[in-house]
Amino acid sequence: MDWLTVFQNSLTQMIGVQAIIYCLAALGLNIQFGYTGLLNFGQAGFAAIGAYAIAVTVATLGWPLWLALFFGILGAIIFALLLGIPTLRLRADYLAIVTIAAAEIIRQVARSVSLNDYFGGSDGISGKYAADWYALNPLPVGIDTALIRFSRNDLWVVINGWTLVAVIVLITWLLVRSPWGRVLKSIREDEDAVRSLGKNVYLYKMQALTLGGVIGAFAGVIFAVAAQSVQPDNYATTLTFFAYAVLILGGAARVFGPVVGSMIFWFLLVFVGQALNNAVKAGYISSSILRPDQVGQIQFMLVGLGLMALMIFRPQGIFGDKKELALDER
Amino acid sequence: MSDSPAAPSRTKASSIKAALASVSPVPGAPKPDAIFVGDSITRSFGGLAAVDVSHLEVQRGSITALIGPNGAGKTTFFNVITGFDPPNTGTWSFEGSSLAGTPAYKVAREGMIRTFQLTKVLNKLSVLENMRLGAQGQTGEGLFRALIPALWRKQEEEITERALGMLEQFNLIHVKDDFAGSLSGGQRKLLEMARAMMSNPSMLMLDEPMAGVNPALTQSLLEHIKELRETGITIFFVEHDMDMVRDISDWVIVMAQGSIIAEGPPADVMRNPAVIDAYLGAHHDVALTESGESLTDTSVSLTKSEES
Repeated sequence: MDWLTVFQNSLTQMIGVQAIIYCLAALGLNIQFGYTGLLNFGQAGFAAIGAYAIAVTVATLGWPLWLALFFGILGAIIFALLLGIPTLRLRADYLAIVTIAAAEIIRQVARSVSLNDYFGGSDGISGKYAADWYALNPLPVGIDTALIRFSRNDLWVVINGWTLVAVIVLITWLLVRSPWGRVLKSIREDEDAVRSLGKNVYLYKMQALTLGGVIGAFAGVIFAVAAQSVQPDNYATTLTFFAYAVLILGGAARVFGPVVGSMIFWFLLVFVGQALNNAVKAGYISSSILRPDQVGQIQFMLVGLGLMALMIFRPQGIFGDKKELALDER
Repeated sequence: MSDSPAAPSRTKASSIKAALASVSPVPGAPKPDAIFVGDSITRSFGGLAAVDVSHLEVQRGSITALIGPNGAGKTTFFNVITGFDPPNTGTWSFEGSSLAGTPAYKVAREGMIRTFQLTKVLNKLSVLENMRLGAQGQTGEGLFRALIPALWRKQEEEITERALGMLEQFNLIHVKDDFAGSLSGGQRKLLEMARAMMSNPSMLMLDEPMAGVNPALTQSLLEHIKELRETGITIFFVEHDMDMVRDISDWVIVMAQGSIIAEGPPADVMRNPAVIDAYLGAHHDVALTESGESLTDTSVSLTKSEES
């Protein structure tokens, strides 16, 4: 059994493109759910907007990438306003219902046959649409060590991706320590109390939803640029729920929660999959118990069990404070 | 503001008593210097008219109590005038500006700050952070300005200074770093009141400030409310504790079944037959069965007004 490859793949994925994407999605959710208490179940929709903005403007219309980025952000802001205006005055659960439906609408529209010419149907849009940006890559080669391995292009994506994460973490850190962040946290605790003290709760909720949504759109941008393709089914509700798993694993309302949560999540997911695969191939696990084609399902079952164990033994997540959680039980 | 050094410290209290002495004790009585004026305010839930107030004025600088039996509509009335609950009809103004249809946060910015019957402290924020939230006009509460601490750090220090002073006054300084969610019920009441004071209200509206507060603390809280009156703040409060109402209020307004049924100085109001009827039912002094005795007891405790 090749433990070295298992570890190499796991560590690579721990800091790989997928980890960045889910980290970004969870960073957005952290502002919405972690700090403000907004149940946005449509983060996949925001990511889809970011990804399709890149694909459609660059691949279909031939516009430059920076302009595509601008449209991605603009699209996320409009989507947030559309979701927020009718629902943010209502109770929290309405936002949850509306966002999960809206994200699915976006995906279904993107994969619809009648809009095939614009969005490429269920195949999505592929093409060298980030070629200009990859051309900026100053790295001569990729990296290939015993522990991690990236191709030249992947390394460029990973470096830029984690830089983006660092910038967003810094902004989040600045915001949540400010009076603005204090208002958000107060809204999460009791919005009527905040209203009674003269703060425009609706405005703050809208700002949080929009900011978190724009960060979610960046997840889609990285996804599109790294894969050089956009497929609608990558933006199904699973993306949102994985992002929530990442957020809660790391600890909601903690600045570094999504970063560490995403790394742990992807390390575990890949490690369990690779270890099982290798064990089956090496004959440690008899194929009468587990066939190689069943590894994928078992992998998610085991990770799910792990997450359940986390919720039982460390419900506050990695960075959370158990004392805070105990306050809810009073 | 006292003209002679020998004058008692409670100068405002006596001047307000003097001003209110000329007001006729009838429901909806006009006041010489009203800070709040409400007209034909109604709120019904389905067929039930929870609030039906034809006219109400609150004297500036006074401590005005709003009392009434359970279900009289006192809290609903508070909710309506602070913008938390939309009325069916009605207009009201505060310091001369109309507030009907104004959202709750703007009402608060006008200087009408309320507390809640079921305290609303922010559980997962520290006591000090709860206090800081109360301050108005914070530069750092804007999304973009929040990113540059240099813009708001100085103001934050001033707010913290003021919050610490206020916590000292309200006997909460020793728990300033604790989560507000870990406080006792009485401490939460205190924190909510102190937090409301951070907003520099011109009228403080307290919904049952004494409910659940330890009797030893009640006395200091009463003193505190009286001191607030000396600073010129109007206090309008809902309370069931008659001793407290008698002790601190300059004027009492009685609600029953949504309407104002009586008004006047505390001693007069508690002798008013309409008020006793509202609390005990119109036939309360007819001894129906053995329960007649206990009813009379309650009526006695309501009317005893001499000791203050």
